Amino acid sequence: MLEFRKDLFADERDDNLNVIGKGEQRQDMLGHVTGRTRFFDDHGFDGLLHLKVVRSPHHHARIRSIDVSAAERAPGVKRVIRAQDVPVNKNTLLSLIGFGKDDEPTLAVDKVRYKGEPIVAIIAASDAEAMAAVKLVRVSYDPLPTVFDVQEALKPGAVVVNETYPGNYFEYHDKYDHQKLRFGDVEAAFRTADHVLEERYQMSPIEHASTETNGTIAAPETNNRYVVHSCAQGLFFSLGTTAKILALESNRLHFIGGTVGGGFGGKVDSLTEPLAVLGAILTGQPVRYVLGREEEMQFGSPRGAERHVIKDGVMRDGRIVARQITSYFDAGAYTRLSSYGVVKCVAHMPGPYTIPNVRGDAYCVFTNRVPATAMRGFGVTGLDFSIEVQMDKLAHLVGIDPMEFRILNAYRDGDMKAHRRVAHNTALIECVQVAAQKVNWPLSETARRASSLSGGGGPRAAIPPTVTDESGRIGRPETRQAPPQLTPGAAPLPAYQPAPAVPVQQPAAPLPNYPSQPAAAAPLPAPTPPVQTPPPTPQHGAARFSSVFTRRR
Amino acid sequence: MARMPVQFRLNGTDRAVFVEPVETLLGTIRRGLGDFAPKFGCGQGTCGACTVLVDGEPRLGCLTLSVTCEGRSIETASGLADGPTLHPLQAAFMEHFAAQCGFCTPGMLMAAKALLDRNPDPTRVEVVEAIAGNICRCTGYEPIINAILAAAQQRGARRA
Ligand code: FES
Ligand code: FES
Repeated sequence: MLEFRKDLFADERDDNLNVIGKGEQRQDMLGHVTGRTRFFDDHGFDGLLHLKVVRSPHHHARIRSIDVSAAERAPGVKRVIRAQDVPVNKNTLLSLIGFGKDDEPTLAVDKVRYKGEPIVAIIAASDAEAMAAVKLVRVSYDPLPTVFDVQEALKPGAVVVNETYPGNYFEYHDKYDHQKLRFGDVEAAFRTADHVLEERYQMSPIEHASTETNGTIAAPETNNRYVVHSCAQGLFFSLGTTAKILALESNRLHFIGGTVGGGFGGKVDSLTEPLAVLGAILTGQPVRYVLGREEEMQFGSPRGAERHVIKDGVMRDGRIVARQITSYFDAGAYTRLSSYGVVKCVAHMPGPYTIPNVRGDAYCVFTNRVPATAMRGFGVTGLDFSIEVQMDKLAHLVGIDPMEFRILNAYRDGDMKAHRRVAHNTALIECVQVAAQKVNWPLSETARRASSLSGGGGPRAAIPPTVTDESGRIGRPETRQAPPQLTPGAAPLPAYQPAPAVPVQQPAAPLPNYPSQPAAAAPLPAPTPPVQTPPPTPQHGAARFSSVFTRRR
Repeated sequence: MARMPVQFRLNGTDRAVFVEPVETLLGTIRRGLGDFAPKFGCGQGTCGACTVLVDGEPRLGCLTLSVTCEGRSIETASGLADGPTLHPLQAAFMEHFAAQCGFCTPGMLMAAKALLDRNPDPTRVEVVEAIAGNICRCTGYEPIINAILAAAQQRGARRA
């Protein structure tokens, strides 16, 4: 049930909305209930051929030889596609926006890096004949040692999964081994905190399991173009990827889609489009490549596994004074979208709380698991789970009610985030208050009177002195051994955008290297407890939750 | 293997088609006869997306051989509406937001129709049991259950 709390931020919101809050019929609903909605597979073609792939039974192996002769002679087989038939047989999805190196073949060349990796494609007159011919392809392998654990993969001397990234980590901007966030001095804060709690959280891969599996039908059109009925969630993304892999002008591809039988992130990888189109080019006939349910469950990319190690310093009165998070994202054997998930993860640290000393490190790690991809808030969901479980444990540790503990530490408007942006339009306090009310959870008078609109800013808007190296970059204690050609973890400081009317506390002189810094060199910024006052009456209207309005608080 | 002729009634119209002996009813309806309403979700009898009615009984199209349907009457979601007039289940699904991606919807509707044809006034538990073999990854089932109950109520009201 959707409920509008008109009492919250009422004076800041336009309430004369035309659609939001009112029931609106979806434009595609009539098609759904009459069975007329056309998904990618709901298109008839004469002479439709069917494509199936030979998949690796090994997690990691060198390919010694591939013999397709028996498969080529099998009944119904029209064409066998090998790695050398793929025009550009190395790609990475985000190369379309210039992010990351090409690291994944459409069909494996000399090595397989995960169980289920496609090696050869067979096109036959029927599904059953294609499947029968798949079994006739003889591939001989030399199995290689495997690595399945993110922290093992980062150890020096670990087996190299993906030669494009020899350190087993994605290289940000071609030089950094991970993403990094520094704000204040967590080590100094841990030394003076009343309690320090370090816990490890992890999450298994999750398969989207959309009711429709991944698939594509591609067919020659009359004008030297190919029509592509695609399941893709991002149709133009898939068009660009297919054009690149097949070295085609994109105007020769006529993609039709956008009607997705459940996606949730599992249909952004263009798993089937390039091979289906290549099949249509090579056979001159319509080609259908659809994953079976078992393929979808085992080899369709899932949400990747994550591990988060969180160390917090907390005072007896409940204020969190330091939070350190080290995150490992298991990309599987190839990048796909995991590199981007890691960026989102770091952007989400340290959660919606005002903490004066924060340190974050997040790695995108290659292992011999099935490549991971997007799924509903990936990069953020697993971290949030970890942070919120940690919040409950911290509340328990200091003997404060968990709801009150969150209200005490929540971001308020005007607070400085660890990313050196001023918090705007915060609403965690109100969310917790409403949640407590819904379940009749007793809150103290102070917690009930707290507001996101008051108590923030002032000293809570300060940027604490942050440890940097000689070149003005964020220093590091080593978090892993990086190959020498890389600058280990030395990401430049995020550009500081001064917020208007917020006093900023900057270190007067460059600080010494992290390792040589004496224990109490930097003044330890203490969190300033929010002042408990009733919310002021703001003078302005509209748009608390909108970024499109020009007037912002 | 030799292809075999099969005749059955599909949504009220007599159809004849040649099928492979191992061909599934789902394959025949979709690729043989061009009615794409029933869907392939698993091909293993686990998702219910292929649900059709055979002589009024819900059947999984992916596990039913076409040759066993000789002389039977098959119904799919394409035949639910009476011209432009929606079946009460279709109207209730629209009203109650019982579809998101819509991929499970044709199967859900047929499972629900089989239930209401046999039991016009089902309890909530009976509705849940009737669609227990149909997987929906989008809606969380609640809107679907509510829609089926509402359709039953509305039909009851019309009868009274
Ligand atoms: S396709 Fe028949 S039960 Fe899934
Ligand atoms: S609406 Fe998407 S599976 Fe049910």
